[in-house]
Amino acid sequence: MRVVAEKLNFYYDKKSKNKVRALSDVTLTIPEGSFFGIIGHTGSGKSTFIQHIDALIPVQEGKLVVGDYDLSRGKKTDKKKLKELRSRTGIVFQYPEYQLFAETVFQDVAFGYKNFNKEANDEQVKTAVYGALALVGLGEELANKSPFELSGGQKRRVAIAGVIVSKPEILILDEPVAGLDPVGKRELMSLLHALHEHYVKTIVIVSHDMDEVAENCTDVAVFSEGKVVMTGTPREIFSRADELAALRLDVPVTAKLTAALKRAGVDVNSDFTTDDFVSKVAEIYKKA
Amino acid sequence: MLGDVTFGQYYNARSFLHKTDPRTKILLLIAYIVAVFIAQNFLSLAAVLVFLIVAIIFSSVPLGSVLRSVKAIFFLILFMFVLNVLFHVKKEGETVYFWVVTKEGLISASFLSARLILLVTGSSLLTLTTTPVSLTDGIESLLKPLNLVKFPVHDLALVMSIALRFIPTLANETDRIISAQKARGADFESGNIFSRIKALVPVLIPLIISALRRADELGDAMDARCYTGSKNRTKYKKLTFTFRDIVATLFVAALITGVVFLNIY
Repeated sequence: MRVVAEKLNFYYDKKSKNKVRALSDVTLTIPEGSFFGIIGHTGSGKSTFIQHIDALIPVQEGKLVVGDYDLSRGKKTDKKKLKELRSRTGIVFQYPEYQLFAETVFQDVAFGYKNFNKEANDEQVKTAVYGALALVGLGEELANKSPFELSGGQKRRVAIAGVIVSKPEILILDEPVAGLDPVGKRELMSLLHALHEHYVKTIVIVSHDMDEVAENCTDVAVFSEGKVVMTGTPREIFSRADELAALRLDVPVTAKLTAALKRAGVDVNSDFTTDDFVSKVAEIYKKA
Repeated sequence: MLGDVTFGQYYNARSFLHKTDPRTKILLLIAYIVAVFIAQNFLSLAAVLVFLIVAIIFSSVPLGSVLRSVKAIFFLILFMFVLNVLFHVKKEGETVYFWVVTKEGLISASFLSARLILLVTGSSLLTLTTTPVSLTDGIESLLKPLNLVKFPVHDLALVMSIALRFIPTLANETDRIISAQKARGADFESGNIFSRIKALVPVLIPLIISALRRADELGDAMDARCYTGSKNRTKYKKLTFTFRDIVATLFVAALITGVVFLNIY
């Protein structure tokens, strides 16, 4: 499913005179199969935008098409269609472990599946839940534990399992690694890559960690004050370090080193991932 | 959806009433309520109305915001009006319009409704012009004498202000949890009342857990800063009486005198 937004506008408190414009003329395409990164400061409209994709926020102005579902203003979407859309798009909010509620991990993960598949029998639920738990790297022995007994990283995996259990085609994650230690971050990102390769077609991550985006994403959109100010590959975006700095946004470490080397007269032409950057620098070093 | 739920209805401005000391406002509100209740005829209620209009002008709160409080209890007023008309005890010589509706019944019902409207509007001026925080400060200061009987006034005020402080936070949290569960296919809008209540479980449990977690964290943070509500604590914002408080008090005194005088008149 592709996401196409055209001139999307959104105001909080639309009717009051203190209304806040959260999105202004957002035009953006998230291609199917991409690992899409959305970056920007707090309050730049990132979260508002992703909630539109799952129809959690109704479109106020503009066009929004998610796969075959037209969510644009004036288009009536009936409840059944809405549920179908929500089963095909998964959204993992910031700190998703705070949304766990059931007595056991199994019940919590099953919640989403049962909501979307009302007629499923016990066997199907079981297969889906254990499947989802396996995908996030959790064993069946955890299934009967209370989610509140688990560690922070495990809770987050349970929460993600609870979303991917309905087999979404797009998985949207808001700051998926926030609050995790470096090891946990790396593990979760490689988990997302594995999911992207085998299970979920399109992954969208919202982040303000530039290294995370540079390492992982195929496409990037930069949000600032409710507008999309840049779109492109990480390579294109991070080579415009000056513009990012003007938006008070950081660049990845690799981009900083590239700039420093450039000042010293060495041109490194990498795609800003650590692996590529290191091998390019090594090449230059060997030649010199 | 719930983002605009804030306790009270504070209207941000810098008017005479906004700058008046919260303690004065609380005490004068009590005096005002007394005035509304001792007013015995329409003439004295008119005096209260004049006072209220002056107060509204001095608060720079738009009339719409003031009247919103009346709108909120409109049905209560209507209900009371109807009841008062229907159950008015008929005496000799009263004009009957039809059935049990009498002229006197209508008059007394409108009198009560007018009283209620004046009461609600006047009270809402306090919350419209005082932030919840300074309201708590004012209440704490006014209750200070209770310290003598070992009543934990400061703790009570602290509990109040913490509760007020966390209402918007928890409202936002609720919003987010609702969104998250909706994204997992939760349905809060269909089914009968029981299935709707059951649908709230996945919202309420995370919400309660989060409130407890926040309470824990806040407690730790206060402990880490060695917080004690001891009597030697100083305040960042000291409440002080100014000429405004004297002016406001004089106005209310004039109102009460006026009401008493017009009652006899």
